[in-house]
Amino acid sequence: MSTQTESPLQPPRPGPIYTAIEGIGTGVYKFVEEIGGLMTLLIDVLRWAVRPPFRVHNLFAQLDFVGVGSIFIVGLTGVFSGMVFAHQSWRAFDMFNAESLVGPTVSLTITRELAPVFAALMVTMRAGSAMCTELGTMRVTEQVDALETMAVNPVQYLLVPRVLAGLIMVPMLVMIFDILGMSGGYFVAVVVKGLSAGTFVARTQQWLDAEDIAEGLIKGAVFGLYVALVACYKGYHASGGAKGVGKATTEAMVASALGIFILDYFVGVILH
Amino acid sequence: MAGRATAAANAPPMIQVIGLHKSFGDHKVLTGINLEVPAGSTLVILGGSGSGKTVLMKHMIGLLKPDEGQVIVDGEDIVPFGPEALERVRRKFGMVFQAAALFDSMNVFENVSFPLREHRKELSEDEMRALVREKLAIVGLKNVEEKYPADLSGGMRKRVGLARAIVLDPKIVLYDEPTTGLDPITTDYVDEMILDAKRELGVTSVVISHDIASAFKVADNIAFLSQGLIVDQGHPSKLRHSEHPAVKVFLSTWFGKN
Repeated sequence: MSTQTESPLQPPRPGPIYTAIEGIGTGVYKFVEEIGGLMTLLIDVLRWAVRPPFRVHNLFAQLDFVGVGSIFIVGLTGVFSGMVFAHQSWRAFDMFNAESLVGPTVSLTITRELAPVFAALMVTMRAGSAMCTELGTMRVTEQVDALETMAVNPVQYLLVPRVLAGLIMVPMLVMIFDILGMSGGYFVAVVVKGLSAGTFVARTQQWLDAEDIAEGLIKGAVFGLYVALVACYKGYHASGGAKGVGKATTEAMVASALGIFILDYFVGVILH
Repeated sequence: MAGRATAAANAPPMIQVIGLHKSFGDHKVLTGINLEVPAGSTLVILGGSGSGKTVLMKHMIGLLKPDEGQVIVDGEDIVPFGPEALERVRRKFGMVFQAAALFDSMNVFENVSFPLREHRKELSEDEMRALVREKLAIVGLKNVEEKYPADLSGGMRKRVGLARAIVLDPKIVLYDEPTTGLDPITTDYVDEMILDAKRELGVTSVVISHDIASAFKVADNIAFLSQGLIVDQGHPSKLRHSEHPAVKVFLSTWFGKN
């Protein structure tokens, strides 16, 4: 390759700074485009959600899949999160004889933060990935087009039940996480470490307010809506065969997981 | 054949495409398409891969909006229509997809009865079963209702796809590459099926294809699409002797150089 003698007619090669700026610009442009796409889809979903025919059967199938189907893994995550948190905070509080604070610490962390974040992450992994792959496969095998040619709106038939299921079921799963997480904490603090049950419960009641639980539920609803919307958006717009569906699912998983943590901060700030 | 074409030529057009332009970004796919499909006739749109056949078909059923031009279906220009009006128009159509596009989460009965459940809610379960069985018989299938698409061969899937497309007795049936990827015997069967659907149900059909033999068998009219334009169209016997170089080259692959 004798590229040393460049023709004066060729444009100069872009320098590293130019390439870097171009990269950032493309990234920002794609990000804004995706946010716009998500918002447009959200508006579309809301518009079709309030129009008959109401597809109750499809909605219940998705509530079952997203919610009931996730109870076990969300519950298990809850129990062990509570146990781990109680174990670690016991070690810390033990240093200055404040073990009675284990109960409030565990319950506040779980209700406000751990339950919505972990429940949403579990739903993303289990239901979000399946949603995205299923919709993506339907898109690339023209099943979505087929629905449309049969005068059935695919947004209403496929996306509305899935997005509503995320919105409704993640807060429900947060409640289960709350109960089982606190039970896990109770088990470690009271049964394993020997704290008195009365102290654990009384201290928890003293510190834990209904607002803390509500904060977790609101976060759960926001995350549930978000992860279902991202999975639907990526799957619905997939293209390029099996490889394209795989790519869409990876992107959906990454965007969901990152989005949960980013939204967690902003929802927290707005609620206080 | 000639009688068929004359009868068709006198019928009013079921689909009319006027001055249709469509680009995707900088890529011009269709550059001024004019077409007419007389009611009750079969039009085959012939062309090589990437000539814009599928894009043209998607405009006819309103899956794509043109940049310019009109698409008139059964007397109505569907281009300005919103989703609700398009749904009404689409009930006049049945579409058979290249890979059948059956819902793989549903069995054959559920697939074929899907349009009935959506648009003929007054039917009882027994009436639906009877209708599904009748349409499956038209495409030459029986005792497959409980099977899933994954358990069927390519040709059978295509036939189930046609049964689903005709279950609501549409006025128009669109076929997207119906014989692609099929063996010669199944191809012949699918051609017969297209002719049967036309004879028995009186439907207007549009077939997009690059299969010359099958096109000449089923068509009342053939339109040849090349580089975004219909370069020649008419009765198969006319197209067979077309002077247009693109048509000549394409047909010579089947009929030989002379």
